[in-house]
Amino acid sequence: MPLLTRLHQNGRAQIVIGLGIGIAFGFFLQKGGVTDYNVIIGQLLLENFVVVKVMLSAVIVAMIGVNLLVHIGYAQLHVSPGSLGSNMIGGLIFGVGFALLGLCPGTVAGAAGTGALDALFGGIIGMLVGAGLFADFYPKIKARFLSCAPLPAQTLPELLRLNRWVVIGIAEIVMIGILLMLAYLGW
Amino acid sequence: MSGILFPATWSPYAAGVGIGVLVCLSFLLCNRPLGASSAYVKARGLLEKTVDPHVEEKKEYYREIAPRVDGVLMILPGIVIGAFISAVLSGQFHLSWVPGLWSATFGDNAIVRVLAAFTGGIILAFGARWAGGCTSGHGISGTSQLSLASIVSAACFFIGGIAAAFVIFYVVGV
Repeated sequence: MPLLTRLHQNGRAQIVIGLGIGIAFGFFLQKGGVTDYNVIIGQLLLENFVVVKVMLSAVIVAMIGVNLLVHIGYAQLHVSPGSLGSNMIGGLIFGVGFALLGLCPGTVAGAAGTGALDALFGGIIGMLVGAGLFADFYPKIKARFLSCAPLPAQTLPELLRLNRWVVIGIAEIVMIGILLMLAYLGW
Repeated sequence: MSGILFPATWSPYAAGVGIGVLVCLSFLLCNRPLGASSAYVKARGLLEKTVDPHVEEKKEYYREIAPRVDGVLMILPGIVIGAFISAVLSGQFHLSWVPGLWSATFGDNAIVRVLAAFTGGIILAFGARWAGGCTSGHGISGTSQLSLASIVSAACFFIGGIAAAFVIFYVVGV
């Protein structure tokens, strides 16, 4: 799609679209309740399942939407090879920060927008410090950890040797099943 | 329309569907996943650039994630503005230093809470960049593409988060 390619390369348009998507994202995050520290900590303490409900609903829609866009040639997949050294270690470090801050990188910005000053002066400033620290240590971390124990495939269909749409179908049924089960249990 | 804009919260399913549509729009209009954590790298790089204009030549990471005002960076101010609009429309905007669940266990000292949030923010950004993405980039955009790296990351975000939350609230905070 030449029109889309032109749009992707137009820096000024991308700034406007990025801001617009960000505004809508912040709006939905707040409406979903996940810009609230209490909701996120409640999820991590397994007392509510709002975060899981928001995320699974998003993935249920995006999995079909993104793959359809790719199928008709309107978008490209952006997957990269992973490793336990990067995704598992990084993910577990992330989890510690997630629980201590009680918010994640997107929702901490949303929380600041709702007036949470601890998110603004603690969380966001901490994020900027942490990003700088990572940039400083990046060459060492990259050499020592990031490609340790590479994952056997880039995508689930490659790993399972199944057709992409079969895996999507199974994943959709599993995710909808989890949401129905949570609703049935009254969580 | 006002009936949709003003309620305090929507059902989490409706909010999630909205976010799912945004992920699709990001792939269509921007040719990239919807993520938040690399915006912090760009913002941090821009701050460093005001002190040292040659920071991109000195630090490899800023050659991979360029400190530039672009669509990736603009997600961040966008989220703040969008959440602000949503909170104001539903009468939920209020300034606070200490969230309820924190104060119930650790008291309402604002300095203690801000220091905890600051430390959490450092660890969170460090882990997100180590894993190559966050709850939105890996958790939603990546898993939607059936990316194995994203599925492993998202699982570890929650395994680490649940374990750390139980330690923080039931071991440290007794």
